[in-house]
Amino acid sequence: MNNALLVVLIASGVAYGTPLLYGALGELLAERSGVLNLGVEGMMLVGAVMAFWTVQKVTGSSALALVLGVLVAAFSGAVMAAIHAFLVVTLRASQIVSGLALTIFAGAVGLSSYLGSDLNLADKPAAHTFHAIFPASMQGWPIVGPIVFGQNPLVYASWVCVIAVGYYLARTRPGLSVRAVGESPGAADAMGIDVVKYRYVHTIVGGAFAGVAGSTFTLALTPQWVNGITGGAGWIAIALVIFAFWRAELCLVGAYFFGALQALAPELQARNISLGPTELWTNSTPYVATVVVLVLVSWRGAARRLGAPASLGVPYVREEG
Amino acid sequence: MRLTVERRLEQPRWLGLVVPVVSVVFALLVAALVLLATGHDPLSSYRQLFDAAFLSTGSIDQTLIAATPLAFTGLAAAAAFRMRVFNIGAEGQLYLGAIVAAAAGLYLGGRGGASPGVIAAMVVAGAGGGAAWAAIPGVLRAFFRTSEILTSLMLNYVAGYLLTYLIFQSESYWRQTTGFNAKVFPTGKPLPSNAVWPPWLLHAQGGIDLPLGAGIALLAALALWVLYRRTRFGFEVQVLGDSEGAARYAGVRTRRKILAVMAISGALAGIGGASQVGDFAHALDGDPNGLQKQGYGYSGIVVAALGRYNPFAVLLIAFLIGGLDNAGNTLQGANFPSGLVGVIQGIILFSALGGELLVRHRPRVVRRASVAEATPLPGAVQ
Repeated sequence: MNNALLVVLIASGVAYGTPLLYGALGELLAERSGVLNLGVEGMMLVGAVMAFWTVQKVTGSSALALVLGVLVAAFSGAVMAAIHAFLVVTLRASQIVSGLALTIFAGAVGLSSYLGSDLNLADKPAAHTFHAIFPASMQGWPIVGPIVFGQNPLVYASWVCVIAVGYYLARTRPGLSVRAVGESPGAADAMGIDVVKYRYVHTIVGGAFAGVAGSTFTLALTPQWVNGITGGAGWIAIALVIFAFWRAELCLVGAYFFGALQALAPELQARNISLGPTELWTNSTPYVATVVVLVLVSWRGAARRLGAPASLGVPYVREEG
Repeated sequence: MRLTVERRLEQPRWLGLVVPVVSVVFALLVAALVLLATGHDPLSSYRQLFDAAFLSTGSIDQTLIAATPLAFTGLAAAAAFRMRVFNIGAEGQLYLGAIVAAAAGLYLGGRGGASPGVIAAMVVAGAGGGAAWAAIPGVLRAFFRTSEILTSLMLNYVAGYLLTYLIFQSESYWRQTTGFNAKVFPTGKPLPSNAVWPPWLLHAQGGIDLPLGAGIALLAALALWVLYRRTRFGFEVQVLGDSEGAARYAGVRTRRKILAVMAISGALAGIGGASQVGDFAHALDGDPNGLQKQGYGYSGIVVAALGRYNPFAVLLIAFLIGGLDNAGNTLQGANFPSGLVGVIQGIILFSALGGELLVRHRPRVVRRASVAEATPLPGAVQ
């Protein structure tokens, strides 16, 4: 039963979807505060390489090394995001160009590659990796075994993050303020909310999430360092935020859907099932679906109902607000 | 004492030149610190870099190969961004240009057409393919008010998977299906010789091959400059970029203009794709680690931003960034820190973006006392 196509797809969808989920939660926080950060791919890669480096260096218990690895990844992602925040919030640079610059600076031809070769990380297995924590007998339970109990701790931590981010944005006062800043920074400013501080904090925390997303590659999914290991996951994470109508809980659903699509083509091939040009449509679906959602949310009034921040991508200048 | 900035009423022209130059110098200094901190000798790294980019024999040839696609995608981004249409889909438009141009070259070349005719058809086909792909986000923006930023970005990936599909996952018209190599590794069908773009030999540095595409890029830059600076169309589009409301009151047909700008931008990127096929690859390159790894479309935006969206500056910057890219590729592994080129490019761009603030704004030191004066009076318009 646990070999049924659907069970395998959902289980691997959860595994492959986890980096997308972390990346999307981070981007969600930044976008809700009105900052579009196209540098997710770059931040992820720096997080991935730094997490890998940390677990190679730390001696001692595996758990300590892994926790440190994730924390270092979060910190490096946050540092990358701080560059973007400084440029777009303080210096009012174009968010699009700055985000792309961040991906070039940090990405597969930039800093992450520099660090990977300079710290001599290529072609080595990770010294410590995340494993499933539940006993093998529970992982064998029908359906819930592989899907729920066969995952690593980063997956369970991401569920906590979804609840935390969702609760924060919907139910807390600072969360409400972030949304105000993303919707109408001028009005938020008049209410006494520090627009600049909010945008900095959420962009930087968003970067930390992207760093953790990167660490899920090098510490769990494919535990080694290869240049450009994230393979475009950062861009899917950006798409995912839109696909999920800027909501944390829908990010989870979308991440697992996109993750399952990534697993679909090899699974079908292994089972000798042919559904047309499988790789073409499974790979393209996340992007096409996001375009469709973008068209839907741009219908008059729909954007506001569905949660698109009205001031996304617009710099805030008090004198000109 | 507090440092604030205020908007300049007039932007001094010299700053437009100083900012990029200072950005490059600043980037080289910061990267030198990074190199020092990680135990490399910055001077020797830089010497290697400039040798490989511009000085050693054959380096200019390689730099031109890297610069030509950047010139097209840079012009594509400049054509759109200048008019506040944010087409970041040059990457995908370049792929589609390559696909359609390769089809034209294979078909017309195979029928034995005269070479200039076949090449001209490839240019037109590439432009058409790029423009058609750009028209998707263009139509969505013009008729559904959907932000073209994200739609054009998403379509890049769809185009990339289509390109891979045509060569790797299907027996399409573009794929080489006969011969020994075709069974070992999937490749594109080679163009017939009358569809290959001839380079133009320059007698300097032991002979430099100037790709035909580089010449076309020069003409395209000229055409773009004339179109935006000297025609009614260019003026109307500029008004639209500054204020959509004003343009509409003035009777500008905004939908058509947005579509036209998207199509022009896409066509430029598409010719870049045609040049990839005709000038360099001589077949459609569907390898996910080939053309798609280069990221010409994204670097083009960087090139355009550094050139401040001026077509001629874009060409110059494309040459310089192309040199860096070429050096990064040539020096890979050979005792040269990998990723350095991306780091330098990133810092150049960060500082150019930061410097842009100084072009548009003037820094001013405000004394604490005057903060009270700056508080708006009740009823003042914010």
